[in-house]
Amino acid sequence: MNRLRTQGWVFWIGIVLALLLMLMPLPTLIQPLKPYWPALVLVYWSLESTDRVNVGLAFGVGIVADLLNGALLGDQALRLAVLVFIVLRFRSRLRFFPMWQQALALWLLLLNNHVLQALIRAFAGDSPMPALSWLAPAVGAAVWPFVFLLLDDLNTRVRGKGARAS
Amino acid sequence: MSPLIATHYCYALVPLRLTRTAMALPQKESTPIFSDATAGTLRLIAYLALAAVLMVLDHRNGWLHRVRYATSAAIVPIYKLAAAPADWIHAAGTAFTQHGRLVDENRQLREALMLAEARLNRMHAVAQQNERLKHLLDTQQLLGMHAQLARLIDVQLGPTRDRVMLNVGADEGVHVGQTVIDSHGVMGQIIEILPHASVAMLVIDPDHALPVMATRTGLRGIAHGTGDSGRLLVPNLPLSSDVKPGDQLVTSGLGGRFPAGFPVGTVTGLERDPSGMFLQAIVKPAAELERSGEVLLLREQPDPVGPPAPAPQAGPPDSLAPTASAGGHAVPVAPAGGVR
Repeated sequence: MNRLRTQGWVFWIGIVLALLLMLMPLPTLIQPLKPYWPALVLVYWSLESTDRVNVGLAFGVGIVADLLNGALLGDQALRLAVLVFIVLRFRSRLRFFPMWQQALALWLLLLNNHVLQALIRAFAGDSPMPALSWLAPAVGAAVWPFVFLLLDDLNTRVRGKGARAS
Repeated sequence: MSPLIATHYCYALVPLRLTRTAMALPQKESTPIFSDATAGTLRLIAYLALAAVLMVLDHRNGWLHRVRYATSAAIVPIYKLAAAPADWIHAAGTAFTQHGRLVDENRQLREALMLAEARLNRMHAVAQQNERLKHLLDTQQLLGMHAQLARLIDVQLGPTRDRVMLNVGADEGVHVGQTVIDSHGVMGQIIEILPHASVAMLVIDPDHALPVMATRTGLRGIAHGTGDSGRLLVPNLPLSSDVKPGDQLVTSGLGGRFPAGFPVGTVTGLERDPSGMFLQAIVKPAAELERSGEVLLLREQPDPVGPPAPAPQAGPPDSLAPTASAGGHAVPVAPAGGVR
Protein backbone atom coordinates (compact mmCIF):
# COMPACT_ATOMS: atom_id res chain seq x y z
CA MET A 1 0.00 0.00 0.00
CA ASN A 2 2.72 2.36 1.08
CA ARG A 3 4.80 1.36 -1.92
CA LEU A 4 1.91 1.99 -4.25
CA ARG A 5 1.34 5.39 -2.77
CA THR A 6 5.00 6.37 -3.11
CA GLN A 7 4.98 5.10 -6.65
CA GLY A 8 1.91 7.23 -7.24
CA TRP A 9 3.83 10.27 -6.03
CA VAL A 10 6.72 9.49 -8.36
CA PHE A 11 4.25 9.10 -11.20
CA TRP A 12 2.46 12.40 -10.66
CA ILE A 13 5.62 14.36 -10.02
CA GLY A 14 6.98 12.93 -13.28
CA ILE A 15 3.89 14.08 -15.15
CA VAL A 16 4.05 17.59 -13.65
CA LEU A 17 7.77 17.88 -14.43
CA ALA A 18 7.11 16.77 -18.01
CA LEU A 19 4.45 19.48 -18.37
CA LEU A 20 6.82 22.10 -16.96
CA LEU A 21 9.59 20.95 -19.28
CA MET A 22 7.15 21.27 -22.15
CA LEU A 23 6.54 24.92 -21.20
CA MET A 24 10.20 25.73 -20.61
CA PRO A 25 11.78 27.68 -23.44
CA LEU A 26 15.00 26.64 -25.15
CA PRO A 27 17.34 28.81 -27.22
CA THR A 28 15.44 29.75 -30.37
CA LEU A 29 17.68 27.82 -32.71
CA ILE A 30 16.98 24.44 -31.14
CA GLN A 31 13.46 25.26 -29.99
CA PRO A 32 11.68 23.16 -32.65
CA LEU A 33 13.81 20.14 -31.72
CA LYS A 34 12.40 19.91 -28.21
CA PRO A 35 11.10 16.40 -27.51
CA TYR A 36 7.51 15.97 -26.43
CA TRP A 37 8.15 15.21 -22.75
CA PRO A 38 4.63 14.25 -21.57
CA ALA A 39 4.53 11.52 -24.22
CA LEU A 40 7.84 10.06 -23.05
CA VAL A 41 6.74 9.91 -19.41
CA LEU A 42 3.35 8.42 -20.28
CA VAL A 43 4.99 5.77 -22.46
CA TYR A 44 7.34 4.78 -19.66
CA TRP A 45 4.53 4.34 -17.18
CA SER A 46 2.27 2.48 -19.56
CA LEU A 47 5.14 0.04 -20.19
CA GLU A 48 5.96 -0.19 -16.51
CA SER A 49 2.61 -0.89 -14.89
CA THR A 50 -0.66 -1.94 -16.43
CA ASP A 51 -3.02 -0.39 -13.93
CA ARG A 52 -1.63 3.12 -13.69
CA VAL A 53 -1.98 4.48 -17.20
CA ASN A 54 -4.98 4.05 -19.43
CA VAL A 55 -6.36 5.93 -22.39
CA GLY A 56 -8.59 8.04 -20.16
CA LEU A 57 -5.68 9.24 -18.06
CA ALA A 58 -3.69 10.12 -21.18
CA PHE A 59 -6.72 12.09 -22.35
CA GLY A 60 -6.83 13.96 -19.04
CA VAL A 61 -3.13 14.80 -19.14
CA GLY A 62 -3.60 15.98 -22.71
CA ILE A 63 -6.44 18.29 -21.69
CA VAL A 64 -4.25 19.84 -18.98
CA ALA A 65 -1.42 20.23 -21.48
CA ASP A 66 -3.83 21.90 -23.89
CA LEU A 67 -4.94 24.29 -21.20
CA LEU A 68 -1.32 25.17 -20.53
CA ASN A 69 0.07 25.69 -23.99
CA GLY A 70 -2.22 24.33 -26.66
CA ALA A 71 -3.66 26.17 -29.58
CA LEU A 72 -6.81 24.04 -29.59
CA LEU A 73 -8.57 22.33 -26.70
CA GLY A 74 -8.51 18.57 -27.30
CA ASP A 75 -5.52 18.49 -29.66
CA GLN A 76 -2.95 17.03 -27.29
CA ALA A 77 -5.66 15.00 -25.54
CA LEU A 78 -6.37 13.20 -28.80
CA ARG A 79 -2.72 12.66 -29.61
CA LEU A 80 -1.79 11.33 -26.19
CA ALA A 81 -4.82 9.03 -26.11
CA VAL A 82 -3.80 7.53 -29.45
CA LEU A 83 -0.19 7.19 -28.33
CA VAL A 84 -1.04 5.42 -25.07
CA PHE A 85 -3.56 3.20 -26.81
CA ILE A 86 -0.92 1.96 -29.26
CA VAL A 87 1.65 1.46 -26.50
CA LEU A 88 -0.80 -0.51 -24.35
CA ARG A 89 -1.82 -2.64 -27.32
CA PHE A 90 1.80 -3.63 -28.04
CA ARG A 91 2.91 -3.44 -24.44
CA SER A 92 3.90 -7.08 -24.07
CA ARG A 93 6.15 -6.84 -27.11
CA LEU A 94 7.60 -3.37 -26.46
CA ARG A 95 8.57 -4.23 -22.91
CA PHE A 96 11.02 -6.88 -23.95
CA PHE A 97 12.56 -5.09 -26.88
CA PRO A 98 16.24 -4.25 -26.51
CA MET A 99 16.78 -0.57 -25.86
CA TRP A 100 17.69 0.43 -29.42
CA GLN A 101 14.59 -1.27 -30.77
CA GLN A 102 12.47 0.41 -28.14
CA ALA A 103 13.94 3.77 -29.13
CA LEU A 104 13.16 3.00 -32.76
CA ALA A 105 9.57 2.11 -31.87
CA LEU A 106 9.34 5.33 -29.90
CA TRP A 107 10.56 7.29 -32.89
CA LEU A 108 7.73 5.82 -34.95
CA LEU A 109 5.22 6.59 -32.20
CA LEU A 110 6.40 10.19 -31.88
CA LEU A 111 6.46 10.57 -35.65
CA ASN A 112 2.86 9.37 -35.78
CA ASN A 113 2.10 11.88 -33.05
CA HIS A 114 3.75 14.62 -35.08
CA VAL A 115 1.82 13.73 -38.22
CA LEU A 116 -1.41 13.91 -36.21
CA GLN A 117 -0.39 17.31 -34.88
CA ALA A 118 0.36 18.59 -38.36
CA LEU A 119 -3.01 17.29 -39.59
CA ILE A 120 -4.92 18.88 -36.74
CA ARG A 121 -3.14 22.19 -37.31
CA ALA A 122 -3.94 22.00 -41.00
CA PHE A 123 -7.62 21.36 -40.25
CA ALA A 124 -7.75 24.20 -37.75
CA GLY A 125 -6.21 26.52 -40.31
CA ASP A 126 -3.09 27.31 -38.28
CA SER A 127 0.22 28.07 -39.89
CA PRO A 128 2.26 24.95 -40.73
CA MET A 129 4.88 23.65 -38.32
CA PRO A 130 8.49 24.73 -38.83
CA ALA A 131 10.38 22.26 -41.01
CA LEU A 132 12.99 21.64 -38.32
CA SER A 133 10.33 20.33 -35.94
CA TRP A 134 10.12 17.11 -37.98
CA LEU A 135 13.40 16.17 -36.34
CA ALA A 136 11.83 16.41 -32.87
CA PRO A 137 10.60 12.77 -32.87
CA ALA A 138 14.17 11.62 -33.57
CA VAL A 139 15.43 13.72 -30.67
CA GLY A 140 12.70 12.22 -28.50
CA ALA A 141 13.83 8.73 -29.47
CA ALA A 142 17.43 9.67 -28.77
CA VAL A 143 16.67 10.83 -25.22
CA TRP A 144 14.34 7.89 -24.58
CA PRO A 145 17.04 5.56 -23.15
CA PHE A 146 18.01 8.24 -20.63
CA VAL A 147 14.42 8.98 -19.64
CA PHE A 148 13.77 5.26 -19.32
CA LEU A 149 16.85 4.61 -17.19
CA LEU A 150 16.19 7.62 -14.96
CA LEU A 151 12.55 6.75 -14.32
CA ASP A 152 13.35 3.06 -13.96
CA ASP A 153 16.06 3.81 -11.42
CA LEU A 154 13.70 6.04 -9.41
CA ASN A 155 11.00 3.44 -9.64
CA THR A 156 13.14 0.54 -8.42
CA ARG A 157 14.51 2.67 -5.57
CA VAL A 158 11.02 3.59 -4.46
CA ARG A 159 9.96 -0.02 -4.74
CA GLY A 160 12.96 -1.21 -2.74
CA LYS A 161 12.39 1.37 -0.01
CA GLY A 162 8.69 0.57 0.12
CA ALA A 163 9.40 -3.14 0.44
CA ARG A 164 11.82 -2.50 3.30
CA ALA A 165 9.40 -0.20 5.07
CA SER A 166 6.48 -2.62 4.86
CA MET B 1 -11.20 -18.68 -29.22
CA SER B 2 -8.15 -20.78 -28.47
CA PRO B 3 -8.91 -21.41 -24.74
CA LEU B 4 -12.31 -22.73 -25.77
CA ILE B 5 -10.78 -25.18 -28.27
CA ALA B 6 -8.25 -26.22 -25.67
CA THR B 7 -11.02 -26.98 -23.20
CA HIS B 8 -12.84 -29.12 -25.75
CA TYR B 9 -9.62 -30.94 -26.30
CA CYS B 10 -9.39 -31.58 -22.57
CA TYR B 11 -12.96 -32.81 -22.47
CA ALA B 12 -12.26 -35.33 -25.21
CA LEU B 13 -8.89 -36.65 -24.18
CA VAL B 14 -8.26 -36.13 -20.49
CA PRO B 15 -11.43 -36.76 -18.52
CA LEU B 16 -9.43 -36.68 -15.30
CA ARG B 17 -8.59 -33.06 -15.76
CA LEU B 18 -12.18 -32.24 -16.60
CA THR B 19 -13.20 -30.88 -13.26
CA ARG B 20 -10.22 -28.60 -12.97
CA THR B 21 -10.70 -27.07 -16.43
CA ALA B 22 -14.40 -26.70 -15.85
CA MET B 23 -13.64 -24.74 -12.73
CA ALA B 24 -11.09 -22.62 -14.49
CA LEU B 25 -13.39 -21.88 -17.38
CA PRO B 26 -15.74 -19.32 -15.80
CA GLN B 27 -12.76 -17.29 -14.60
CA LYS B 28 -11.24 -17.26 -18.04
CA GLU B 29 -14.49 -16.28 -19.65
CA SER B 30 -14.60 -13.00 -17.76
CA THR B 31 -11.25 -11.91 -19.21
CA PRO B 32 -11.05 -13.17 -22.75
CA ILE B 33 -8.48 -11.41 -24.90
CA PHE B 34 -10.76 -10.58 -27.77
CA SER B 35 -13.59 -8.76 -26.03
CA ASP B 36 -11.16 -6.83 -23.85
CA ALA B 37 -9.41 -5.53 -26.93
CA THR B 38 -12.73 -4.58 -28.46
CA ALA B 39 -13.68 -2.69 -25.33
CA GLY B 40 -10.33 -0.90 -25.41
CA THR B 41 -10.83 0.08 -29.03
CA LEU B 42 -14.35 1.29 -28.33
CA ARG B 43 -13.06 3.35 -25.44
CA LEU B 44 -10.37 4.86 -27.67
CA ILE B 45 -12.96 5.70 -30.31
CA ALA B 46 -15.11 7.35 -27.66
CA TYR B 47 -12.19 9.47 -26.47
CA LEU B 48 -11.22 10.37 -30.03
CA ALA B 49 -14.79 11.46 -30.72
CA LEU B 50 -14.81 13.50 -27.52
CA ALA B 51 -11.52 15.15 -28.50
CA ALA B 52 -12.82 15.89 -31.98
CA VAL B 53 -16.01 17.43 -30.57
CA LEU B 54 -13.96 19.52 -28.15
CA MET B 55 -11.70 20.74 -30.93
CA VAL B 56 -14.57 21.72 -33.19
CA LEU B 57 -16.42 23.50 -30.37
CA ASP B 58 -13.24 25.23 -29.31
CA HIS B 59 -12.48 26.30 -32.86
CA ARG B 60 -15.99 27.73 -33.24
CA ASN B 61 -16.54 29.26 -29.82
CA GLY B 62 -13.08 29.85 -28.34
CA TRP B 63 -13.67 27.60 -25.34
CA LEU B 64 -10.01 27.17 -24.59
CA HIS B 65 -9.65 30.84 -23.92
CA ARG B 66 -12.64 30.88 -21.59
CA VAL B 67 -11.50 27.83 -19.64
CA ARG B 68 -8.00 29.29 -19.43
CA TYR B 69 -9.45 32.56 -18.18
CA ALA B 70 -11.51 30.77 -15.54
CA THR B 71 -8.63 28.63 -14.31
CA SER B 72 -5.96 31.27 -14.64
CA ALA B 73 -5.48 31.45 -10.87
CA ALA B 74 -4.03 27.95 -11.11
CA ILE B 75 -2.39 28.26 -14.50
CA VAL B 76 -0.43 31.48 -14.27
CA PRO B 77 1.69 30.27 -11.31
CA ILE B 78 2.59 27.22 -13.40
CA TYR B 79 3.80 29.49 -16.17
CA LYS B 80 5.87 31.44 -13.69
CA LEU B 81 7.31 28.21 -12.32
CA ALA B 82 8.22 27.05 -15.81
CA ALA B 83 9.84 30.39 -16.58
CA ALA B 84 11.87 30.41 -13.37
CA PRO B 85 14.86 28.31 -14.53
CA ALA B 86 15.36 30.51 -17.57
CA ASP B 87 15.30 33.55 -15.26
CA TRP B 88 17.86 31.95 -12.97
CA ILE B 89 20.12 31.12 -15.87
CA HIS B 90 19.80 34.68 -17.07
CA ALA B 91 20.55 36.01 -13.59
CA ALA B 92 23.54 33.69 -13.26
CA GLY B 93 24.71 34.80 -16.69
CA THR B 94 24.70 38.44 -15.66
CA ALA B 95 26.35 37.59 -12.36
CA PHE B 96 29.24 35.83 -14.05
CA THR B 97 29.65 38.03 -17.09
CA GLN B 98 33.26 38.84 -17.61
CA HIS B 99 34.55 42.08 -16.30
CA GLY B 100 35.84 43.17 -19.69
CA ARG B 101 32.51 42.78 -21.29
CA LEU B 102 30.90 44.83 -18.56
CA VAL B 103 33.44 47.58 -19.04
CA ASP B 104 32.81 47.56 -22.78
CA GLU B 105 29.13 47.64 -22.24
CA ASN B 106 29.47 50.44 -19.74
CA ARG B 107 31.42 52.53 -22.23
CA GLN B 108 28.92 51.90 -24.95
CA LEU B 109 26.07 52.78 -22.68
CA ARG B 110 27.76 55.99 -21.61
CA GLU B 111 28.24 56.97 -25.22
CA ALA B 112 24.65 56.17 -25.96
CA LEU B 113 23.57 58.18 -22.95
CA MET B 114 25.56 61.20 -24.07
CA LEU B 115 24.14 60.93 -27.53
CA ALA B 116 20.66 60.58 -26.13
CA GLU B 117 21.14 63.58 -23.88
CA ALA B 118 22.37 65.69 -26.73
CA ARG B 119 19.39 64.63 -28.74
CA LEU B 120 17.13 65.26 -25.80
CA ASN B 121 18.43 68.78 -25.43
CA ARG B 122 17.66 69.44 -29.03
CA MET B 123 14.28 67.83 -28.64
CA HIS B 124 13.65 70.00 -25.64
CA ALA B 125 13.91 73.09 -27.75
CA VAL B 126 11.69 71.53 -30.36
CA ALA B 127 9.21 70.47 -27.70
CA GLN B 128 9.07 74.01 -26.35
CA GLN B 129 8.49 75.34 -29.80
CA ASN B 130 5.87 72.69 -30.32
CA GLU B 131 4.23 73.66 -27.06
CA ARG B 132 4.00 77.25 -28.19
CA LEU B 133 2.60 76.28 -31.54
CA LYS B 134 0.08 74.03 -29.88
CA HIS B 135 -1.06 76.83 -27.66
CA LEU B 136 -1.31 78.98 -30.72
CA LEU B 137 -3.43 76.37 -32.39
CA ASP B 138 -5.46 76.04 -29.23
CA THR B 139 -5.59 72.28 -29.23
CA GLN B 140 -6.50 70.47 -26.10
CA GLN B 141 -5.01 67.16 -27.05
CA LEU B 142 -1.95 66.03 -25.17
CA LEU B 143 1.06 64.72 -26.97
CA GLY B 144 1.87 62.39 -24.10
CA MET B 145 1.79 58.78 -25.01
CA HIS B 146 0.17 56.49 -22.51
CA ALA B 147 2.07 53.33 -22.06
CA GLN B 148 2.37 50.59 -19.55
CA LEU B 149 5.46 48.60 -18.70
CA ALA B 150 5.22 44.83 -18.83
CA ARG B 151 7.64 41.95 -18.41
CA LEU B 152 7.83 38.82 -20.50
CA ILE B 153 7.10 35.52 -18.82
CA ASP B 154 9.51 33.24 -20.63
CA VAL B 155 7.42 30.20 -21.56
CA GLN B 156 6.83 28.49 -24.83
CA LEU B 157 3.27 28.71 -26.14
CA GLY B 158 2.54 26.35 -28.98
CA PRO B 159 5.11 24.70 -31.19
CA THR B 160 6.78 27.92 -32.32
CA ARG B 161 8.00 30.99 -30.52
CA ASP B 162 5.83 33.53 -32.28
CA ARG B 163 3.77 34.24 -29.21
CA VAL B 164 4.92 35.57 -25.88
CA MET B 165 3.33 35.84 -22.49
CA LEU B 166 3.33 39.12 -20.54
CA ASN B 167 2.86 39.56 -16.83
CA VAL B 168 -0.01 42.03 -16.99
CA GLY B 169 -3.59 41.23 -17.80
CA ALA B 170 -7.20 42.29 -17.66
CA ASP B 171 -6.97 43.45 -14.05
CA GLU B 172 -4.17 45.83 -15.02
CA GLY B 173 -6.28 47.29 -17.78
CA VAL B 174 -4.87 45.38 -20.72
CA HIS B 175 -7.21 44.56 -23.55
CA VAL B 176 -7.04 42.68 -26.81
CA GLY B 177 -5.51 44.61 -29.68
CA GLN B 178 -3.07 46.77 -27.73
CA THR B 179 0.24 47.39 -29.46
CA VAL B 180 3.37 45.96 -27.85
CA ILE B 181 6.63 47.81 -28.47
CA ASP B 182 10.14 47.70 -27.10
CA SER B 183 12.66 50.50 -27.19
CA HIS B 184 13.55 49.70 -30.81
CA GLY B 185 10.23 49.18 -32.50
CA VAL B 186 6.95 47.35 -32.79
CA MET B 187 6.94 43.83 -31.35
CA GLY B 188 3.36 42.77 -31.87
CA GLN B 189 -0.09 42.99 -30.41
CA ILE B 190 -2.13 41.49 -27.58
CA ILE B 191 -4.33 38.63 -28.74
CA GLU B 192 -5.49 37.02 -25.54
CA ILE B 193 -5.86 38.18 -21.96
CA LEU B 194 -6.06 36.45 -18.61
CA PRO B 195 -6.72 38.27 -15.33
CA HIS B 196 -3.00 38.71 -14.56
CA ALA B 197 -1.27 37.72 -17.77
CA SER B 198 -1.73 38.20 -21.46
CA VAL B 199 -0.52 36.67 -24.69
CA ALA B 200 0.97 38.77 -27.46
CA MET B 201 1.41 37.73 -31.06
CA LEU B 202 4.76 38.85 -32.43
CA VAL B 203 5.08 40.54 -35.81
CA ILE B 204 7.00 37.51 -37.11
CA ASP B 205 4.04 35.18 -36.60
CA PRO B 206 2.91 33.87 -40.00
CA ASP B 207 -0.64 34.85 -39.06
CA HIS B 208 0.34 38.45 -38.37
CA ALA B 209 0.28 41.39 -40.75
CA LEU B 210 0.66 45.09 -40.13
CA PRO B 211 0.40 48.13 -42.37
CA VAL B 212 3.73 49.87 -42.90
CA MET B 213 5.12 52.87 -44.71
CA ALA B 214 8.63 53.62 -45.93
CA THR B 215 9.89 56.80 -44.28
CA ARG B 216 11.97 57.84 -47.29
CA THR B 217 9.30 57.60 -49.96
CA GLY B 218 6.00 57.20 -48.18
CA LEU B 219 5.42 53.92 -50.02
CA ARG B 220 2.83 51.84 -48.22
CA GLY B 221 2.57 48.09 -47.84
CA ILE B 222 1.61 45.30 -45.52
CA ALA B 223 4.36 43.50 -43.56
CA HIS B 224 3.63 39.83 -43.04
CA GLY B 225 5.34 37.56 -40.55
CA THR B 226 7.24 34.61 -41.93
CA GLY B 227 7.70 32.49 -38.82
CA ASP B 228 11.42 33.17 -39.15
CA SER B 229 12.57 35.40 -36.33
CA GLY B 230 14.72 37.74 -38.41
CA ARG B 231 12.44 38.27 -41.35
CA LEU B 232 9.26 40.06 -42.34
CA LEU B 233 7.92 40.12 -45.87
CA VAL B 234 6.22 43.04 -47.62
CA PRO B 235 4.67 41.51 -50.73
CA ASN B 236 2.73 43.03 -53.62
CA LEU B 237 4.86 46.09 -54.22
CA PRO B 238 4.70 47.38 -57.81
CA LEU B 239 7.81 46.59 -59.84
CA SER B 240 8.35 50.29 -60.44
CA SER B 241 8.11 51.26 -56.77
CA ASP B 242 10.93 53.22 -55.26
CA VAL B 243 12.27 51.02 -52.50
CA LYS B 244 15.79 49.86 -51.84
CA PRO B 245 17.74 48.02 -49.15
CA GLY B 246 18.28 50.23 -46.14
CA ASP B 247 14.88 51.90 -46.26
CA GLN B 248 13.28 52.31 -42.86
CA LEU B 249 9.72 51.13 -42.42
CA VAL B 250 7.36 52.57 -39.82
CA THR B 251 3.76 51.76 -38.98
CA SER B 252 1.46 53.69 -41.28
CA GLY B 253 -1.47 53.75 -38.90
CA LEU B 254 -3.88 52.65 -41.59
CA GLY B 255 -6.57 50.36 -40.24
CA GLY B 256 -6.36 51.92 -36.82
CA ARG B 257 -4.93 48.93 -35.00
CA PHE B 258 -1.37 50.26 -34.69
CA PRO B 259 -0.59 53.91 -34.02
CA ALA B 260 1.39 55.51 -36.82
CA GLY B 261 5.08 56.28 -36.80
CA PHE B 262 6.65 53.44 -34.81
CA PRO B 263 9.66 51.76 -36.41
CA VAL B 264 8.93 48.30 -37.78
CA GLY B 265 12.13 47.35 -39.56
CA THR B 266 14.72 47.90 -42.24
CA VAL B 267 14.54 46.62 -45.80
CA THR B 268 17.39 44.17 -46.31
CA GLY B 269 16.59 42.81 -49.72
CA LEU B 270 14.18 42.81 -52.64
CA GLU B 271 13.03 39.99 -54.82
CA ARG B 272 10.37 39.23 -57.39
CA ASP B 273 7.41 37.36 -56.03
CA PRO B 274 6.66 33.90 -57.50
CA SER B 275 4.35 35.34 -60.15
CA GLY B 276 6.99 37.79 -61.30
CA MET B 277 4.46 40.62 -61.39
CA PHE B 278 5.34 42.27 -58.11
CA LEU B 279 8.28 42.98 -55.88
CA GLN B 280 8.49 41.75 -52.33
CA ALA B 281 10.71 43.36 -49.75
CA ILE B 282 12.49 41.37 -47.08
CA VAL B 283 12.55 43.29 -43.84
CA LYS B 284 14.57 42.86 -40.68
CA PRO B 285 12.39 43.67 -37.67
CA ALA B 286 13.52 46.66 -35.64
CA ALA B 287 12.35 45.29 -32.30
CA GLU B 288 14.65 42.89 -30.49
CA LEU B 289 12.21 40.03 -30.56
CA GLU B 290 14.67 37.52 -29.17
CA ARG B 291 16.04 39.56 -26.35
CA SER B 292 13.46 41.96 -25.00
CA GLY B 293 12.73 41.33 -21.35
CA GLU B 294 10.65 44.40 -20.76
CA VAL B 295 8.14 45.81 -23.18
CA LEU B 296 5.69 48.67 -23.38
CA LEU B 297 2.00 48.31 -24.00
CA LEU B 298 0.54 51.36 -25.70
CA ARG B 299 -2.75 52.54 -24.40
CA GLU B 300 -5.13 53.80 -26.95
CA GLN B 301 -5.50 57.52 -26.87
CA PRO B 302 -8.90 59.06 -26.71
CA ASP B 303 -10.41 59.02 -30.15
CA PRO B 304 -9.49 62.16 -32.04
CA VAL B 305 -12.47 64.32 -32.73
CA GLY B 306 -13.43 64.51 -36.36
CA PRO B 307 -11.95 62.63 -39.28
CA PRO B 308 -8.73 60.65 -38.91
CA ALA B 309 -5.62 62.78 -39.01
CA PRO B 310 -3.89 62.99 -42.38
CA ALA B 311 -0.29 61.96 -42.92
CA PRO B 312 2.03 64.37 -41.12
CA GLN B 313 3.60 65.66 -44.34
CA ALA B 314 3.27 69.28 -45.30
CA GLY B 315 -0.34 69.82 -46.26
CA PRO B 316 -2.14 72.86 -47.51
CA PRO B 317 -1.78 76.05 -45.49
CA ASP B 318 -3.51 75.96 -42.12
CA SER B 319 -5.92 78.63 -43.14
CA LEU B 320 -7.41 76.36 -45.76
CA ALA B 321 -8.08 73.32 -43.58
CA PRO B 322 -8.44 74.36 -39.95
CA THR B 323 -9.84 71.22 -38.32
CA ALA B 324 -7.88 68.56 -40.16
CA SER B 325 -4.54 70.33 -39.81
CA ALA B 326 -5.14 70.82 -36.10
CA GLY B 327 -5.19 67.07 -35.68
CA GLY B 328 -2.18 66.62 -37.93
CA HIS B 329 0.03 69.08 -36.10
CA ALA B 330 -0.85 68.13 -32.62
CA VAL B 331 -0.13 64.44 -32.82
CA PRO B 332 2.54 63.34 -35.24
CA VAL B 333 2.08 59.79 -33.94
CA ALA B 334 -1.66 59.90 -33.61
CA PRO B 335 -3.64 56.72 -34.18
CA ALA B 336 -4.57 57.41 -37.74
CA GLY B 337 -7.75 55.42 -37.84
CA GLY B 338 -8.75 55.81 -34.23
CA VAL B 339 -12.29 54.88 -35.04
CA ARG B 340 -12.60 51.17 -35.52
